[in-house]
Amino acid sequence: MPTSNPHPNRRTLLNLTAAAVAALTLAACGGSSPDAAATPATAVSQADVDKAMTTPTTLTFWTWVPNIDQEVALFQKKYPAIKVEVVNAGQGLDAYTKLRTALKAGTGAPDVAQIEYQYIPTFSITKSLVDLRPYGADANRSKFVDWTWGQVTGPNGEILAYPQDTGPMGMLYRADLFEKYGIAVPKTWDEFAAAARKLHAADPKAYLTNMSANEAAGWHGLMWQAGSKAYTVAGTTVGLGVNDAASKKVAGYWGGLASEGVVSTDPDFTDNWYQGFNSGKYATWLTAAWGPVFLSGAAKSTAGKWRAAPLPQWDAAKPVAGNWGGSTSAVITGTKNPIAAAKFAEFLNTDPDSTAMFSTVQNFFPAAKALLADPAFTGQKSAFFGGQQVNELFAGISDTVDVGWQWPPFLDQSVKDWTETTGKALADRGDAAAATDQWQARLTAYAKDQGFSVSAG
Amino acid sequence: MRATAMANRAYLFIAPFLACFVLLFLLPLGYAGYLSLFKDQLVGGTVFVGLDNYVHALGDAQLLRGVLRVGLFFLVQVPVMLLVALAVALAVDSGLLRLAGVFRLGVFVPYAVPSVVAALMWGYLYGPDFGPLTQLGERLGFTAPHLLGDGWLLTSLGNVVTWEFAGYNMIILYSALRTVPAERYEAAAVDGAGPWRTAWHLKIPALRPALLLCLVFSVIGSFQLFAEPNLIQRLAPTVINSSYTPNLYAYSLAFTSQQVNYAAAVSFLLGFVILLVSYAALLLANRRPRR
Repeated sequence: MPTSNPHPNRRTLLNLTAAAVAALTLAACGGSSPDAAATPATAVSQADVDKAMTTPTTLTFWTWVPNIDQEVALFQKKYPAIKVEVVNAGQGLDAYTKLRTALKAGTGAPDVAQIEYQYIPTFSITKSLVDLRPYGADANRSKFVDWTWGQVTGPNGEILAYPQDTGPMGMLYRADLFEKYGIAVPKTWDEFAAAARKLHAADPKAYLTNMSANEAAGWHGLMWQAGSKAYTVAGTTVGLGVNDAASKKVAGYWGGLASEGVVSTDPDFTDNWYQGFNSGKYATWLTAAWGPVFLSGAAKSTAGKWRAAPLPQWDAAKPVAGNWGGSTSAVITGTKNPIAAAKFAEFLNTDPDSTAMFSTVQNFFPAAKALLADPAFTGQKSAFFGGQQVNELFAGISDTVDVGWQWPPFLDQSVKDWTETTGKALADRGDAAAATDQWQARLTAYAKDQGFSVSAG
Repeated sequence: MRATAMANRAYLFIAPFLACFVLLFLLPLGYAGYLSLFKDQLVGGTVFVGLDNYVHALGDAQLLRGVLRVGLFFLVQVPVMLLVALAVALAVDSGLLRLAGVFRLGVFVPYAVPSVVAALMWGYLYGPDFGPLTQLGERLGFTAPHLLGDGWLLTSLGNVVTWEFAGYNMIILYSALRTVPAERYEAAAVDGAGPWRTAWHLKIPALRPALLLCLVFSVIGSFQLFAEPNLIQRLAPTVINSSYTPNLYAYSLAFTSQQVNYAAAVSFLLGFVILLVSYAALLLANRRPRR
């Protein structure tokens, strides 16, 4: 799933307005966030589980995933006593604002919610996610790609959600343009830079790639690949290193190419950007595993001309990838039926039929290891990519995602500050590496203002 | 007795309004005022801080820049918009236009277009690669200005707002013109006044109250500028930052930064600024002696 902000529409605005009013009305109840009273300290017994799964129960599930009622139907077939109400609460900021408002109000929150990996600390800091260990979550550890497990694990070892889909990053490129201009598929970032200069010199209207100055999620993926330790969280102490050596290396590299004018910095997911792909303005897209399906819908006129490859590397001997996007199912504190909710989240993301359906109906790139090794999935040939087995390529990349990356408990603020410092420098052809210091300074001030102790990354 | 009963009945009629006014305006306003006296931290919870948020806001450079930006916007965009509205209202009212009804409707229609649609449409027209203006420039051999760039964006926004609201103001002015008694026109005609003279000495003075109304609406509209920059932000994310206008800043504080209390203080200060500017505008506009 693309996790960038969707285009705001009228409905979004109306919802946000409603949420704004609600937030102002309800925020006073904050401060005493509901505690995890529903979570027992010890594991629930099988008898409790059996009882819960046969007692008539209604669960509310907030998700933006289209047609997910098909997966939900599988669950309801197995557990006829449990009824799941699927509510589309919007995507991105919209969805999280609603969730936060409901949590602050202490009423109206769902039992289970779709949450992207990067937002888990944002909700765990307010103790809004139920620890799934008492419900047997640990037993599922081996079913998921290694790095996803780190993303759903809390600072004290809590298991806060089940991984659903992922976005290991790779490079989609226009094979026809590469051939036309005599460009070999770059294996390292140095080769990529040389190719960017060559392509732009050959065709001043074309760019090897577009590095959006507003795509913090993609940028974080590249920091992740470079080995940055931008955020570390231990209780109320956060380590901030958005200007650490690896982050500066990434910013210096892209800032350099942008100020040379050999890569463009257009905002992504806009009309202009879609047309850029269709018109051949961009010869590659550095994107996630959900990118191939997305692009085949967005750039139909270029079908058959694209291929996929791993990201260029800083060190060709040790291939590493970052991740961009993907989401989880989390159980929300305050649920009256934690057992049923936890088992629903588990079923949705571990049942073989349900996970297989995610890859066929929603075209998700799976977090389930079994699926990544399944020839029925990896063997799919994509006509848009000239018959290439794109899933197989990304399944391989998935294994190379660094497991150590962490997100901050205030991601929205970090994203905003990145756009206004590093992103802006990139777009204005300024010194993007120096701008990471401003990013760090702003974020440090914010974290302190919010009561965190801050240590340098 | 009778008069009291009548008065009571009058209250019955305005009761629905009063109920809504209290529920949807006064209560939230009071509540926001209450909230603005606290500080809620991600770590540590909520504490009472008195007027700290206001003191902080008064020295907040981002807020100040936003206020100055919308102030500049107001000074340039509003006169242009009101002149356009006035010119169209006078032209439609003059009776010299053919198809005046169609014309009137045409100028008004943009107001009926939701601002979301308007922003999307103008965003397309301003597009840096494939927008019609850029394409036209390329055909004719000149480089079109980058309308979504740093230097042009405020002007581009002003254009959208003018396009949206000139028709709205025109309708107010036109309605006011229709209430001018016909005898005055007759008297002016007898005195030998032509259309220009009638417009200048009769119609425009008659429009003073309506123009003042439009002006006050425009002060509020300019200082609360939100929908257009918020929508065009997607197309120019590094130019329109989160504090581009004070309203956008308050919104971003509340929903991006989780600083609801500070956002409430900023909103209150903004309301105060709007009050001051509206009052100043009224004073200035009323300074000329009435005829």
